[in-house]
Amino acid sequence: MVKENAPGGHDATLRLTLRVWRQRRGQPGAFEEHTLAAVPTSASFLEMMDLLNEQLVRAGKEPFAFDHDCREGICGMCSMTINGMPHGPLPGVTTCQLHMRNFRDGETITVEPWRARAFPVLRDLAVDRSGFDKVIQAGGFISVRTGSAPEANTLPVPKPVADAAMDAAECIGCGACVASCKNGSAMLFVGAKVTHLNLLPQGAPEADRRAVAMVRAMDDAGFGNCTNYGECQAHCPKGITLDVIARLNRDYLGARLRGFFASTGKPRRGGD
Amino acid sequence: MPCAPLTRGLSSVARKALMALTGLVLVGFVLGHMSGNLLFFRGPEALDAYAKWLHDLGPLLWAARVTLLVAVAIHIWVGISLAAENRAARAGGPEVAATRRASLASRAMPHTGVVILGFIAFHLLHFTFRAVNPEVAAAGDAGRVHDMIRLGFADPLVSAFYIVAMALLCLHLSHGVSSMFQTLGLRNERWRGPLDLAAAAYGWVIFLGFASIPLAVLVGIPPFPALAK
Amino acid sequence: MIPDAKIPAGPLAQKWQSHKTRLRLVNPANRRRYHVIVVGSGLAGSAAAASLGELGYEVSCFCYQDSPRRAHSIAAQGGINAAKNYQGDGDSVRRLFLDTIKGGDYRAREANVHRLAELSTAIIDQCVAQGVPFAREYGGHLANRSFGGAQVSRTFYARGQTGQQLLLGAYSALSRQIGAGAVRMYPRHEMLDLVLVGGHAKGIVTRNLATGEVRSWAADCVVLCTGGYGNVFYLSTNAQGCNVTATHRAHRRGALFANPCYTQIHPTCIPVHGEDQSKLTLMSESLRNDGRVWVPRDAADCGKDPSSIPEPDRDYFLERKYPSYGNLAPRDIASRAAKEVCDDGRGVGPAVGGRRLGVYLDFASSISRLGEGVIRERYGNLFDMYGNITGENAYRRPMRIYPAVHYTMGGLWVDYNLQSNIPGLFVGGEANFSDHGANRLGASALMQGLADGYFVLPSTVADYLAGVGLAGRPSGEGAEYRQAVAETNDRVARLLAVRGKETARSYHKRLGRIVWEACGMARSREGLTKAIADIRALRDDFWRNVSVPGDGADLTPELERAGRVADFLEFGELMCRDALVREESCGGHFRTEHQDDGEARRDDARFAHVAAWEWRGEGAEPVRHAEPLVYEDVQFTTRSYK
Repeated sequence: MVKENAPGGHDATLRLTLRVWRQRRGQPGAFEEHTLAAVPTSASFLEMMDLLNEQLVRAGKEPFAFDHDCREGICGMCSMTINGMPHGPLPGVTTCQLHMRNFRDGETITVEPWRARAFPVLRDLAVDRSGFDKVIQAGGFISVRTGSAPEANTLPVPKPVADAAMDAAECIGCGACVASCKNGSAMLFVGAKVTHLNLLPQGAPEADRRAVAMVRAMDDAGFGNCTNYGECQAHCPKGITLDVIARLNRDYLGARLRGFFASTGKPRRGGD
Repeated sequence: MPCAPLTRGLSSVARKALMALTGLVLVGFVLGHMSGNLLFFRGPEALDAYAKWLHDLGPLLWAARVTLLVAVAIHIWVGISLAAENRAARAGGPEVAATRRASLASRAMPHTGVVILGFIAFHLLHFTFRAVNPEVAAAGDAGRVHDMIRLGFADPLVSAFYIVAMALLCLHLSHGVSSMFQTLGLRNERWRGPLDLAAAAYGWVIFLGFASIPLAVLVGIPPFPALAK
Repeated sequence: MIPDAKIPAGPLAQKWQSHKTRLRLVNPANRRRYHVIVVGSGLAGSAAAASLGELGYEVSCFCYQDSPRRAHSIAAQGGINAAKNYQGDGDSVRRLFLDTIKGGDYRAREANVHRLAELSTAIIDQCVAQGVPFAREYGGHLANRSFGGAQVSRTFYARGQTGQQLLLGAYSALSRQIGAGAVRMYPRHEMLDLVLVGGHAKGIVTRNLATGEVRSWAADCVVLCTGGYGNVFYLSTNAQGCNVTATHRAHRRGALFANPCYTQIHPTCIPVHGEDQSKLTLMSESLRNDGRVWVPRDAADCGKDPSSIPEPDRDYFLERKYPSYGNLAPRDIASRAAKEVCDDGRGVGPAVGGRRLGVYLDFASSISRLGEGVIRERYGNLFDMYGNITGENAYRRPMRIYPAVHYTMGGLWVDYNLQSNIPGLFVGGEANFSDHGANRLGASALMQGLADGYFVLPSTVADYLAGVGLAGRPSGEGAEYRQAVAETNDRVARLLAVRGKETARSYHKRLGRIVWEACGMARSREGLTKAIADIRALRDDFWRNVSVPGDGADLTPELERAGRVADFLEFGELMCRDALVREESCGGHFRTEHQDDGEARRDDARFAHVAAWEWRGEGAEPVRHAEPLVYEDVQFTTRSYK
């Protein structure tokens, strides 16, 4: 997967043409074309965008707004669709970890924001992903009062279960799953969250309520429906798999069935 | 959010489950239908007797028909509501489209679905209501099902349409059958590969089984007895 | 003025418990009438906001990111310490306390550090109950590892993403309160000023980064959990948005800034690869368990392929200088040693700005001893990350590493209650100075952030609120608020009005170079004096020549950056000033004049105190106050790793 430098390749540079999306909130957007004469192959994609912005500012023009923060692939803030692919052509990395040695000299690169109705454009390449936060607020937690937790080792968790929960918990909430999905569906994100918490014994008391509430919040936020394309898994920088979606489906349908047969008509585990 | 009436209030996952369950009914139906059809190759007596037996089921046949009709109606109705939402949720998508993994079959589900719906309509008019061709109608009304089929497929255009429609059904099934398990939460990464293969194999079986009949009529293999007058 | 730390009386081990029983409480029915502002949503901020919201206070939480889940606590890799003694290897609260005090080179408060060690165990309980997927043993119990040269295994971890998992735990608790309506969350809001009413902190001014709106918010008290100032160095392992603005603005309003010169340099980062680099990436310190650090003996060999340099021509300088600890020498010592050999012209890797700044971390002997499979299993993800960034295969050629700024121990001065000298202004996490002294031990930043947020602030904030009561609360309409908003608007307008030729980033880069050279791994009177003058000149130039396009009435990252750089340009001077006055070497602060043949020389007689700086206005000299560090329990000793 790693593209190695050619010997002495640290100083190589690329000449690039960039088609970058320009948009102000609530207005239609369009591409703008710019050229960069010498982009070091050692630069990250975001550093290449920095170079473009520096060039624009020096010319008295407005730079492109884009989201980014940690630049080490963990905060999930960077969000660019590069040549049609969220986080670009290299699988398993975020935009900030994509380096320019993965591009060719003379190449034209198209840079767009995440495209989904649930992620409206704030400006240029920056979008509003607060829909994700709303889903978590609906049920992406285990209710425990600060200071009321029992001694940690009183509840053993089998290692395979803990490991599977950790696999799901690796999700960084970047939204590439939604951006890559041809339906704008957030099932991989919601599935990862539900799987992480519902797998653990600590999460069991609220498991049903969680699945139902989070799916409802997901629908309300305007995400599309999963049709099992698998694009999300192929673009997820953290390798979250469709298993979490199957798990979400199973937990949700089970919760609804249990609720249907419960005398209260409410989900049994953690009824709302 | 935009949601077709009747499905309003049902969550996305619940509606998906409806798609899967109604799909399951239809998956079972096409297998049964195809198995019966293959009696075509056993000759007119076998097929005509099978058709008579089916007709004589009476209320049972009607129960099956109603179940099928309801399943188809739900499958279509929910399918439309989901597809419309998906279109809206995508908001156009990126200007540069790229696909890393989604199969043609998965992306074409709504399109293959629509063609199959059109096919079903034609198929019912053709062989069930017999409103397309008087010769076909006469044979069918007389209980000569084998002859009806041969007459029906005598037109190469009709046969070609049947074969193409069955190819699309094959595509529809090759995604749909495996997807059904995923939607009901009964799939994982370990079993996804084998399930996808099984779904594709199932699609091929259905395609070959159905398509073999118009193909056989067109090329005249095996030699058929003369049509009854 | 001697800042009063308000350390409770009594035996060290009982101070916190007895203090807690003396802290005043707020009647549950009255809590919702108090409004608490929490700025920052990292471990400390999220934990504090969630806990206060759960207790029933009306809480507003602000962060500059688009979601509270993205705060830079998320990037911590290694783990979190707790004195659980699950391994039965002799760990205890007392031992964690002693290790932290010693690690901090005797420049931290005893009582604070002991409280931190006490609370460490409750943190693990809390996080596990929240569903943090810590590593487990096959029996289902929590796993531990030894970290940062500790003699016991007390570090809890979640793969290489402990910070992320802990933050997601705190974020989920926060989200639960947001969903319940107990906390109002304001993402994409940056605090640009603190509002004082009658000498108490009673609100803040923010800019909505998405719309450009500047407004004030009134509250009964303000809690700052806004992280550290490592980005003053431009290149650091911090996130791009990490900044000093919130704490510096509070400092300008009268809050004392303590020990700004205490910064931590991490030895195992990927070296700078080019002039346009924006960020340094940390790789887990655990790599030093199996890698050997070396550079060529002869500077002429530095450009050669490392495999062509024979053993006798290699200088394994850590093993040579520190035979007993070798490649596992503590962070500050390993960092300085790497700097020395590079300054000696023996650095390796591509030259950036004419200098090769990197040393080899060689796994060849481990690979031949254990096999590539074992190394891949232990460090595969790190090797992949390294390969992705550098384009080099570390299984075949040695990694290159170089130290980078990682954490800042200094911060706003706080007393034992985490309250600054401004009443009603509380500071938690990396933003305060309280627990790590002059150097932080590995896996203790997360511990401190969560201890402050979950367990200390909720109690001490209540005590303050109970003390001020509900009478005479500010409405938010007062002149103080209007004036603070006007000043902030004025400052934004000034930044937009310069219309110069240079980008804010270019000033940031130049500032970073100045402070890294003068106030980085080694500091001298001469260098610091020059740096102060250089920073002043750069600051003047900034306000004449910076360019911020646009009108600021929208998402304008360039304006955000310019504002943060402007504050760093003021703060950098304070940092150098603090380093200049501290005429000793301790922890991360190494003064070249104060050493014994390369080893730091502390001066306990003159400098066993906290330096707390008071702002006296732009252009005026800040005033240094000293809070003596009184050690009732432990004895000063000298660290030795020879």
